[in-house]
Amino acid sequence: MLDEAWTLTPGVALRPEPFGALAYHFGNRRLTFLKRPELVAVVRSLGDAPTVRSALTAAGVPVAHFPAYLEALRGLAATDMIRPRNPS
Amino acid sequence: MSLIEQFELGLDAPICLTWELTYACNLSCVHCLSSSGRRDPRELTTAQCEAVIDELQAMQVFYVNVGGGEPTVRPDFWYLLEYAVAHQVGVKFSTNGVRITPERAAFLAGTDYVDVQVSLDGATAAVNDRVRGEGSFALATRALDHLAAAGFRDAKVSVVVTRENVGQLDDFKAIADRYGATLRLTRLRPSGRGADVWDELHPTAEQQRQLYQWLLRAGEKVLTGDSFFHLAGYGQPLPGLNLCGAGRVVCLIDPIGDVYACPFAIHDQFLAGSVLEPGGFAGVWRDSELFRDLRSVHSGGACTSCGSYDACRGGCMAAKFFTGLPLDGPDPECVHGYAEPALAAAGRIAPSPSQDHSHRGAPVRLALGPTRLCDQSPLVPAGGGR
Repeated sequence: MLDEAWTLTPGVALRPEPFGALAYHFGNRRLTFLKRPELVAVVRSLGDAPTVRSALTAAGVPVAHFPAYLEALRGLAATDMIRPRNPS
Repeated sequence: MSLIEQFELGLDAPICLTWELTYACNLSCVHCLSSSGRRDPRELTTAQCEAVIDELQAMQVFYVNVGGGEPTVRPDFWYLLEYAVAHQVGVKFSTNGVRITPERAAFLAGTDYVDVQVSLDGATAAVNDRVRGEGSFALATRALDHLAAAGFRDAKVSVVVTRENVGQLDDFKAIADRYGATLRLTRLRPSGRGADVWDELHPTAEQQRQLYQWLLRAGEKVLTGDSFFHLAGYGQPLPGLNLCGAGRVVCLIDPIGDVYACPFAIHDQFLAGSVLEPGGFAGVWRDSELFRDLRSVHSGGACTSCGSYDACRGGCMAAKFFTGLPLDGPDPECVHGYAEPALAAAGRIAPSPSQDHSHRGAPVRLALGPTRLCDQSPLVPAGGGR
Protein backbone atom coordinates (compact mmCIF):
# COMPACT_ATOMS: atom_id res chain seq x y z
CA MET A 1 0.00 0.00 0.00
CA LEU A 2 2.81 2.37 0.94
CA ASP A 3 3.94 2.91 -2.64
CA GLU A 4 0.51 2.80 -4.22
CA ALA A 5 -1.72 5.68 -5.23
CA TRP A 6 -4.95 5.90 -3.21
CA THR A 7 -7.83 8.33 -2.87
CA LEU A 8 -10.79 9.21 -0.72
CA THR A 9 -13.73 7.37 -2.30
CA PRO A 10 -16.11 9.63 -4.20
CA GLY A 11 -19.31 9.92 -2.15
CA VAL A 12 -17.47 9.84 1.17
CA ALA A 13 -17.76 12.98 3.27
CA LEU A 14 -15.39 13.95 6.08
CA ARG A 15 -16.86 16.01 8.89
CA PRO A 16 -14.30 17.71 11.15
CA GLU A 17 -14.62 16.94 14.87
CA PRO A 18 -12.48 17.80 17.90
CA PHE A 19 -10.92 14.31 17.87
CA GLY A 20 -10.39 14.11 14.11
CA ALA A 21 -13.31 13.51 11.78
CA LEU A 22 -16.38 11.49 11.02
CA ALA A 23 -16.30 9.76 7.67
CA TYR A 24 -19.65 8.97 6.10
CA HIS A 25 -20.05 6.84 3.01
CA PHE A 26 -23.23 7.83 1.18
CA GLY A 27 -23.13 4.62 -0.84
CA ASN A 28 -22.93 1.94 1.84
CA ARG A 29 -24.11 4.32 4.61
CA ARG A 30 -21.29 3.40 6.90
CA LEU A 31 -20.02 5.79 9.51
CA THR A 32 -16.42 5.63 10.67
CA PHE A 33 -14.37 7.68 13.07
CA LEU A 34 -10.94 9.02 12.16
CA LYS A 35 -9.43 9.35 15.56
CA ARG A 36 -6.45 11.63 14.86
CA PRO A 37 -6.27 14.99 13.07
CA GLU A 38 -3.07 13.76 11.36
CA LEU A 39 -4.96 10.80 9.92
CA VAL A 40 -7.60 13.19 8.60
CA ALA A 41 -4.88 15.25 6.90
CA VAL A 42 -3.44 12.11 5.32
CA VAL A 43 -6.82 10.89 4.07
CA ARG A 44 -7.70 14.30 2.64
CA SER A 45 -4.42 14.52 0.76
CA LEU A 46 -4.35 10.96 -0.61
CA GLY A 47 -5.99 11.83 -3.90
CA ASP A 48 -3.39 14.47 -4.76
CA ALA A 49 -0.36 12.57 -3.50
CA PRO A 50 1.60 10.29 -5.85
CA THR A 51 1.75 7.58 -3.18
CA VAL A 52 0.53 6.85 0.32
CA ARG A 53 4.11 7.26 1.49
CA SER A 54 4.30 10.80 0.16
CA ALA A 55 0.95 11.66 1.77
CA LEU A 56 2.21 10.40 5.13
CA THR A 57 5.47 12.30 4.79
CA ALA A 58 3.73 15.50 3.73
CA ALA A 59 1.48 15.25 6.81
CA GLY A 60 4.57 15.05 9.00
CA VAL A 61 4.02 11.47 10.14
CA PRO A 62 7.31 10.00 11.40
CA VAL A 63 8.42 6.82 9.62
CA ALA A 64 8.23 4.94 12.91
CA HIS A 65 4.46 5.59 12.96
CA PHE A 66 3.84 4.42 9.39
CA PRO A 67 2.71 0.90 10.45
CA ALA A 68 0.00 2.31 12.74
CA TYR A 69 -1.22 4.66 10.00
CA LEU A 70 -1.17 1.87 7.41
CA GLU A 71 -3.30 -0.24 9.71
CA ALA A 72 -5.80 2.60 10.05
CA LEU A 73 -5.82 3.12 6.28
CA ARG A 74 -6.42 -0.58 5.67
CA GLY A 75 -9.36 -0.38 8.05
CA LEU A 76 -10.76 2.51 6.00
CA ALA A 77 -10.16 0.55 2.80
CA ALA A 78 -12.09 -2.41 4.20
CA THR A 79 -15.25 -0.28 4.36
CA ASP A 80 -14.49 1.44 1.04
CA MET A 81 -13.85 4.84 2.62
CA ILE A 82 -10.64 5.02 0.57
CA ARG A 83 -9.76 3.06 -2.55
CA PRO A 84 -6.79 2.52 -4.87
CA ARG A 85 -6.47 5.12 -7.59
CA ASN A 86 -6.32 3.77 -11.10
CA PRO A 87 -3.00 4.52 -12.76
CA SER A 88 -3.61 7.12 -15.43
CA MET B 1 -8.58 10.40 25.48
CA SER B 2 -10.81 7.54 24.35
CA LEU B 3 -13.47 8.03 21.72
CA ILE B 4 -16.19 7.49 24.34
CA GLU B 5 -14.72 10.24 26.50
CA GLN B 6 -14.57 12.48 23.44
CA PHE B 7 -18.22 11.76 22.73
CA GLU B 8 -19.14 12.63 26.30
CA LEU B 9 -17.72 16.09 25.68
CA GLY B 10 -19.94 16.48 22.64
CA LEU B 11 -19.52 16.73 18.89
CA ASP B 12 -19.67 19.71 16.53
CA ALA B 13 -22.93 18.33 15.13
CA PRO B 14 -25.09 15.37 16.15
CA ILE B 15 -24.32 11.97 14.65
CA CYS B 16 -27.83 10.86 14.96
CA LEU B 17 -30.64 13.31 15.07
CA THR B 18 -34.29 12.48 15.59
CA TRP B 19 -36.84 14.78 14.05
CA GLU B 20 -40.48 14.28 14.84
CA LEU B 21 -42.38 15.92 12.03
CA THR B 22 -45.82 15.89 13.57
CA TYR B 23 -47.65 15.02 16.75
CA ALA B 24 -50.56 13.84 14.64
CA CYS B 25 -51.10 10.09 14.62
CA ASN B 26 -53.77 7.68 13.50
CA LEU B 27 -52.94 5.40 16.43
CA SER B 28 -52.93 5.87 20.21
CA CYS B 29 -50.25 3.45 21.37
CA VAL B 30 -50.29 3.13 25.13
CA HIS B 31 -46.53 3.67 25.45
CA CYS B 32 -46.09 6.53 22.95
CA LEU B 33 -42.89 8.32 23.91
CA SER B 34 -44.18 11.67 22.62
CA SER B 35 -47.83 11.40 23.78
CA SER B 36 -48.87 11.89 20.17
CA GLY B 37 -52.31 11.98 18.64
CA ARG B 38 -53.40 15.50 17.71
CA ARG B 39 -51.55 17.82 15.36
CA ASP B 40 -50.05 20.86 17.06
CA PRO B 41 -51.22 24.07 15.36
CA ARG B 42 -47.70 25.47 15.71
CA GLU B 43 -46.24 22.62 13.62
CA LEU B 44 -43.32 23.77 11.44
CA THR B 45 -44.37 24.82 7.96
CA THR B 46 -42.91 23.28 4.84
CA ALA B 47 -40.61 26.28 4.39
CA GLN B 48 -39.42 26.07 7.99
CA CYS B 49 -38.69 22.35 7.51
CA GLU B 50 -36.70 23.13 4.37
CA ALA B 51 -34.64 25.64 6.34
CA VAL B 52 -33.88 22.99 8.97
CA ILE B 53 -32.79 20.55 6.26
CA ASP B 54 -30.54 23.23 4.72
CA GLU B 55 -28.91 23.68 8.11
CA LEU B 56 -28.45 19.94 8.61
CA GLN B 57 -26.75 19.78 5.22
CA ALA B 58 -24.41 22.63 6.16
CA MET B 59 -23.61 20.93 9.48
CA GLN B 60 -23.00 17.64 7.68
CA VAL B 61 -25.61 15.71 9.59
CA PHE B 62 -25.57 12.79 7.22
CA TYR B 63 -28.90 11.30 8.11
CA VAL B 64 -31.87 12.00 10.26
CA ASN B 65 -34.31 9.69 12.01
CA VAL B 66 -37.76 10.97 11.21
CA GLY B 67 -40.67 10.06 13.45
CA GLY B 68 -43.73 11.51 15.09
CA GLY B 69 -46.58 10.99 15.62
CA GLU B 70 -47.03 9.31 12.31
CA PRO B 71 -44.81 11.36 9.99
CA THR B 72 -46.46 10.14 6.78
CA VAL B 73 -49.77 11.82 7.64
CA ARG B 74 -48.14 15.19 7.01
CA PRO B 75 -49.31 16.17 3.52
CA ASP B 76 -45.79 17.42 2.63
CA PHE B 77 -44.03 14.34 4.03
CA TRP B 78 -43.05 12.86 0.66
CA TYR B 79 -41.92 16.24 -0.60
CA LEU B 80 -39.73 16.81 2.49
CA LEU B 81 -38.29 13.32 2.14
CA GLU B 82 -37.18 14.09 -1.41
CA TYR B 83 -35.93 17.52 -0.39
CA ALA B 84 -33.75 16.02 2.37
CA VAL B 85 -32.29 13.32 0.16
CA ALA B 86 -31.54 15.88 -2.55
CA HIS B 87 -29.63 17.88 0.09
CA GLN B 88 -27.45 15.00 1.24
CA VAL B 89 -29.46 14.32 4.35
CA GLY B 90 -30.47 10.68 4.31
CA VAL B 91 -33.78 9.81 5.92
CA LYS B 92 -34.70 6.90 8.11
CA PHE B 93 -38.33 7.21 8.99
CA SER B 94 -40.52 5.34 11.43
CA THR B 95 -44.06 4.51 10.48
CA ASN B 96 -46.96 2.39 11.63
CA GLY B 97 -47.50 1.63 7.97
CA VAL B 98 -50.72 3.54 7.40
CA ARG B 99 -49.60 5.33 4.22
CA ILE B 100 -47.28 2.70 2.75
CA THR B 101 -49.38 1.88 -0.28
CA PRO B 102 -47.99 -0.21 -3.16
CA GLU B 103 -47.34 3.07 -5.04
CA ARG B 104 -45.44 4.65 -2.13
CA ALA B 105 -43.52 1.42 -1.59
CA ALA B 106 -42.41 1.53 -5.23
CA PHE B 107 -41.38 5.17 -4.86
CA LEU B 108 -39.35 4.31 -1.74
CA ALA B 109 -37.71 1.34 -3.44
CA GLY B 110 -36.52 3.71 -6.15
CA THR B 111 -35.10 6.35 -3.81
CA ASP B 112 -31.55 6.22 -2.46
CA TYR B 113 -30.67 7.11 1.11
CA VAL B 114 -34.07 6.23 2.49
CA ASP B 115 -34.66 3.68 5.23
CA VAL B 116 -38.08 2.63 6.44
CA GLN B 117 -38.73 1.41 9.93
CA VAL B 118 -42.07 -0.25 10.57
CA SER B 119 -43.15 -0.41 14.19
CA LEU B 120 -44.40 -3.72 15.55
CA ASP B 121 -44.68 -4.40 19.26
CA GLY B 122 -45.93 -7.97 19.12
CA ALA B 123 -45.04 -10.89 16.88
CA THR B 124 -48.73 -11.75 16.93
CA ALA B 125 -51.73 -9.49 16.45
CA ALA B 126 -52.92 -10.30 19.97
CA VAL B 127 -49.74 -9.07 21.66
CA ASN B 128 -49.18 -6.15 19.29
CA ASP B 129 -52.70 -4.76 19.20
CA ARG B 130 -53.05 -4.70 22.98
CA VAL B 131 -50.37 -2.00 23.04
CA ARG B 132 -50.68 -0.33 19.64
CA GLY B 133 -54.41 -0.64 19.11
CA GLU B 134 -56.78 -2.84 17.18
CA GLY B 135 -55.83 -3.44 13.57
CA SER B 136 -52.30 -2.09 13.96
CA PHE B 137 -50.64 -5.47 13.41
CA ALA B 138 -52.45 -5.83 10.10
CA LEU B 139 -51.46 -2.26 9.17
CA ALA B 140 -47.77 -2.91 9.84
CA THR B 141 -47.57 -6.28 8.11
CA ARG B 142 -49.46 -4.94 5.09
CA ALA B 143 -46.85 -2.19 4.80
CA LEU B 144 -44.05 -4.76 5.04
CA ASP B 145 -45.80 -6.81 2.34
CA HIS B 146 -45.95 -3.78 0.05
CA LEU B 147 -42.32 -2.87 0.65
CA ALA B 148 -41.14 -6.41 -0.03
CA ALA B 149 -43.30 -6.69 -3.16
CA ALA B 150 -41.88 -3.40 -4.45
CA GLY B 151 -38.34 -4.67 -3.98
CA PHE B 152 -37.50 -2.30 -1.14
CA ARG B 153 -34.37 -3.75 0.43
CA ASP B 154 -33.60 -4.11 4.08
CA ALA B 155 -36.55 -2.42 5.75
CA LYS B 156 -36.41 -2.39 9.53
CA VAL B 157 -38.91 -4.06 11.82
CA SER B 158 -38.80 -1.93 14.94
CA VAL B 159 -39.85 -3.43 18.25
CA VAL B 160 -40.10 -1.85 21.69
CA VAL B 161 -39.29 -4.68 24.08
CA THR B 162 -41.95 -5.15 26.75
CA ARG B 163 -42.86 -7.64 29.41
CA GLU B 164 -45.45 -9.04 27.01
CA ASN B 165 -43.32 -9.48 23.88
CA VAL B 166 -39.88 -10.29 25.31
CA GLY B 167 -40.69 -14.00 24.88
CA GLN B 168 -41.22 -13.44 21.14
CA LEU B 169 -37.72 -12.29 20.16
CA ASP B 170 -37.09 -15.33 17.97
CA ASP B 171 -40.50 -14.83 16.36
CA PHE B 172 -39.72 -11.18 15.61
CA LYS B 173 -36.44 -12.26 14.02
CA ALA B 174 -38.34 -14.77 11.89
CA ILE B 175 -40.80 -12.07 10.77
CA ALA B 176 -37.93 -9.75 9.82
CA ASP B 177 -36.17 -12.57 7.96
CA ARG B 178 -39.34 -13.40 6.07
CA TYR B 179 -39.49 -9.85 4.72
CA GLY B 180 -35.76 -9.63 4.05
CA ALA B 181 -35.77 -6.96 6.75
CA THR B 182 -33.55 -6.21 9.73
CA LEU B 183 -34.85 -6.48 13.26
CA ARG B 184 -34.44 -3.47 15.51
CA LEU B 185 -35.10 -3.77 19.24
CA THR B 186 -35.31 -0.78 21.52
CA ARG B 187 -35.91 -0.17 25.15
CA LEU B 188 -39.28 0.81 26.62
CA ARG B 189 -38.81 4.19 28.27
CA PRO B 190 -41.18 5.74 30.80
CA SER B 191 -41.45 8.76 28.48
CA GLY B 192 -44.68 10.35 27.27
CA ARG B 193 -47.60 7.95 27.76
CA GLY B 194 -44.96 5.33 28.48
CA ALA B 195 -44.91 6.72 32.01
CA ASP B 196 -48.49 5.52 32.53
CA VAL B 197 -47.77 1.91 31.59
CA TRP B 198 -44.10 1.50 32.46
CA ASP B 199 -44.76 -0.32 35.74
CA GLU B 200 -46.89 -2.90 33.94
CA LEU B 201 -44.89 -3.22 30.74
CA HIS B 202 -41.19 -2.88 31.45
CA PRO B 203 -39.39 -6.22 31.41
CA THR B 204 -38.87 -7.96 34.73
CA ALA B 205 -35.34 -8.46 36.07
CA GLU B 206 -35.40 -12.06 34.87
CA GLN B 207 -36.60 -10.98 31.42
CA GLN B 208 -33.86 -8.36 31.23
CA ARG B 209 -31.26 -11.06 31.68
CA GLN B 210 -32.89 -13.18 28.97
CA LEU B 211 -32.92 -10.18 26.66
CA TYR B 212 -29.24 -9.49 27.35
CA GLN B 213 -28.28 -13.07 26.58
CA TRP B 214 -30.40 -13.03 23.44
CA LEU B 215 -28.72 -9.80 22.28
CA LEU B 216 -25.27 -11.26 22.88
CA ARG B 217 -26.26 -14.32 20.80
CA ALA B 218 -27.93 -12.34 18.01
CA GLY B 219 -24.90 -10.06 17.97
CA GLU B 220 -24.41 -7.55 15.21
CA LYS B 221 -27.34 -8.71 13.11
CA VAL B 222 -29.93 -6.95 15.25
CA LEU B 223 -30.06 -3.17 15.61
CA THR B 224 -30.66 -1.66 19.02
CA GLY B 225 -30.15 2.06 18.61
CA ASP B 226 -27.67 1.57 21.46
CA SER B 227 -30.66 1.66 23.75
CA PHE B 228 -29.77 -1.22 26.06
CA PHE B 229 -26.47 0.06 27.35
CA HIS B 230 -27.76 -0.23 30.92
CA LEU B 231 -27.53 -4.01 30.39
CA ALA B 232 -23.77 -3.74 29.97
CA GLY B 233 -23.74 -3.87 33.78
CA TYR B 234 -24.14 -7.66 33.44
CA GLY B 235 -20.53 -7.82 32.28
CA GLN B 236 -20.00 -7.94 28.57
CA PRO B 237 -20.77 -4.74 26.65
CA LEU B 238 -23.32 -4.91 23.85
CA PRO B 239 -22.39 -3.63 20.39
CA GLY B 240 -22.69 0.14 20.20
CA LEU B 241 -21.50 3.21 22.01
CA ASN B 242 -22.61 2.23 25.51
CA LEU B 243 -23.16 5.75 26.70
CA CYS B 244 -25.95 8.26 27.08
CA GLY B 245 -25.68 10.41 23.97
CA ALA B 246 -28.20 13.05 25.06
CA GLY B 247 -27.06 16.48 23.91
CA ARG B 248 -23.66 15.00 23.10
CA VAL B 249 -24.16 12.92 19.97
CA VAL B 250 -27.96 12.85 19.71
CA CYS B 251 -30.88 15.22 20.17
CA LEU B 252 -34.48 15.69 19.13
CA ILE B 253 -36.24 18.33 17.07
CA ASP B 254 -39.95 18.18 17.86
CA PRO B 255 -42.80 19.07 15.48
CA ILE B 256 -42.91 22.72 16.55
CA GLY B 257 -39.13 23.10 16.25
CA ASP B 258 -38.25 22.73 19.91
CA VAL B 259 -34.92 21.02 20.49
CA TYR B 260 -34.66 18.47 23.29
CA ALA B 261 -31.64 16.57 24.56
CA CYS B 262 -32.97 13.23 23.36
CA PRO B 263 -36.10 11.72 21.78
CA PHE B 264 -37.07 10.23 25.11
CA ALA B 265 -36.75 13.49 27.02
CA ILE B 266 -39.60 15.64 25.78
CA HIS B 267 -39.93 17.74 28.92
CA ASP B 268 -39.21 21.37 29.81
CA GLN B 269 -36.25 20.24 31.89
CA PHE B 270 -34.49 18.97 28.75
CA LEU B 271 -35.58 21.73 26.37
CA ALA B 272 -32.48 23.35 24.88
CA GLY B 273 -34.07 25.89 22.55
CA SER B 274 -35.86 26.18 19.22
CA VAL B 275 -34.78 25.95 15.60
CA LEU B 276 -36.81 29.14 15.08
CA GLU B 277 -34.39 31.20 17.20
CA PRO B 278 -32.05 33.49 15.24
CA GLY B 279 -29.11 31.09 15.62
CA GLY B 280 -31.18 28.24 14.22
CA PHE B 281 -30.58 24.60 15.07
CA ALA B 282 -26.79 25.00 14.88
CA GLY B 283 -26.94 27.75 17.50
CA VAL B 284 -28.94 25.56 19.87
CA TRP B 285 -26.69 22.55 19.33
CA ARG B 286 -23.48 24.48 19.88
CA ASP B 287 -24.40 27.05 22.50
CA SER B 288 -27.42 26.06 24.55
CA GLU B 289 -26.78 26.10 28.27
CA LEU B 290 -28.43 22.70 28.71
CA PHE B 291 -26.26 20.99 26.11
CA ARG B 292 -23.12 22.62 27.48
CA ASP B 293 -24.02 21.26 30.87
CA LEU B 294 -24.71 17.75 29.53
CA ARG B 295 -21.27 17.83 27.88
CA SER B 296 -19.45 18.81 31.05
CA VAL B 297 -17.93 16.21 33.31
CA HIS B 298 -20.56 14.69 35.56
CA SER B 299 -20.26 12.84 38.79
CA GLY B 300 -21.56 9.29 38.77
CA GLY B 301 -23.15 10.07 42.15
CA ALA B 302 -24.33 7.00 43.99
CA CYS B 303 -23.11 4.82 41.11
CA THR B 304 -19.46 5.86 41.30
CA SER B 305 -18.54 3.13 43.77
CA CYS B 306 -20.24 0.38 41.69
CA GLY B 307 -17.97 -1.97 39.79
CA SER B 308 -20.22 -1.75 36.73
CA TYR B 309 -20.17 2.02 36.43
CA ASP B 310 -17.60 2.04 33.65
CA ALA B 311 -19.80 -0.35 31.70
CA CYS B 312 -23.26 1.22 32.05
CA ARG B 313 -22.30 4.83 32.92
CA GLY B 314 -25.31 5.01 35.22
CA GLY B 315 -27.84 4.19 32.52
CA CYS B 316 -30.52 6.28 30.83
CA MET B 317 -31.14 9.85 31.92
CA ALA B 318 -34.72 9.90 30.63
CA ALA B 319 -35.61 6.61 32.36
CA LYS B 320 -34.40 8.03 35.66
CA PHE B 321 -36.10 11.38 35.22
CA PHE B 322 -39.52 10.06 34.27
CA THR B 323 -39.57 7.55 37.12
CA GLY B 324 -38.71 10.29 39.58
CA LEU B 325 -35.23 8.99 40.39
CA PRO B 326 -32.16 11.19 40.88
CA LEU B 327 -30.20 11.71 37.65
CA ASP B 328 -26.90 10.88 39.33
CA GLY B 329 -28.12 7.57 40.73
CA PRO B 330 -28.88 4.16 39.24
CA ASP B 331 -31.13 3.54 36.25
CA PRO B 332 -34.60 2.26 37.29
CA GLU B 333 -33.71 -0.99 35.50
CA CYS B 334 -30.22 -1.23 37.01
CA VAL B 335 -29.25 -4.87 36.49
CA HIS B 336 -27.95 -5.10 40.04
CA GLY B 337 -31.28 -3.93 41.42
CA TYR B 338 -29.70 -0.86 43.02
CA ALA B 339 -32.68 1.30 42.05
CA GLU B 340 -35.18 -0.93 43.83
CA PRO B 341 -35.11 0.93 47.19
CA ALA B 342 -35.60 4.31 45.50
CA LEU B 343 -38.39 2.95 43.31
CA ALA B 344 -40.13 1.49 46.34
CA ALA B 345 -39.63 4.57 48.50
CA ALA B 346 -42.76 6.29 49.74
CA GLY B 347 -43.21 9.76 48.33
CA ARG B 348 -41.44 9.12 45.04
CA ILE B 349 -43.02 11.50 42.56
CA ALA B 350 -42.72 11.06 38.84
CA PRO B 351 -42.65 14.47 37.11
CA SER B 352 -45.84 15.57 35.44
CA PRO B 353 -45.60 15.79 31.65
CA SER B 354 -45.05 19.21 30.12
CA GLN B 355 -46.93 18.42 26.92
CA ASP B 356 -49.64 16.02 25.81
CA HIS B 357 -51.03 15.67 22.29
CA SER B 358 -53.01 12.51 23.00
CA HIS B 359 -56.34 12.14 21.24
CA ARG B 360 -59.02 13.52 23.50
CA GLY B 361 -61.42 10.97 24.87
CA ALA B 362 -59.21 8.06 23.96
CA PRO B 363 -58.55 6.32 27.27
CA VAL B 364 -55.63 4.43 25.82
CA ARG B 365 -54.57 3.06 29.18
CA LEU B 366 -57.61 0.82 29.25
CA ALA B 367 -56.27 -1.09 26.29
CA LEU B 368 -54.12 -2.83 28.85
CA GLY B 369 -57.19 -3.94 30.75
CA PRO B 370 -58.68 -7.42 30.87
CA THR B 371 -57.52 -9.75 28.17
CA ARG B 372 -60.14 -12.44 28.48
CA LEU B 373 -63.56 -11.63 27.24
CA CYS B 374 -65.21 -13.05 30.32
CA ASP B 375 -63.31 -10.61 32.52
CA GLN B 376 -65.47 -7.88 31.10
CA SER B 377 -69.00 -7.14 31.95
CA PRO B 378 -71.18 -7.69 28.89
CA LEU B 379 -73.07 -4.54 29.82
CA VAL B 380 -70.23 -2.07 30.28
CA PRO B 381 -67.91 -1.62 27.31
CA ALA B 382 -64.60 -2.10 29.09
CA GLY B 383 -62.23 -1.40 26.21
CA GLY B 384 -63.16 2.22 26.68
CA GLY B 385 -64.22 5.03 24.49
CA ARG B 386 -66.27 3.50 21.75
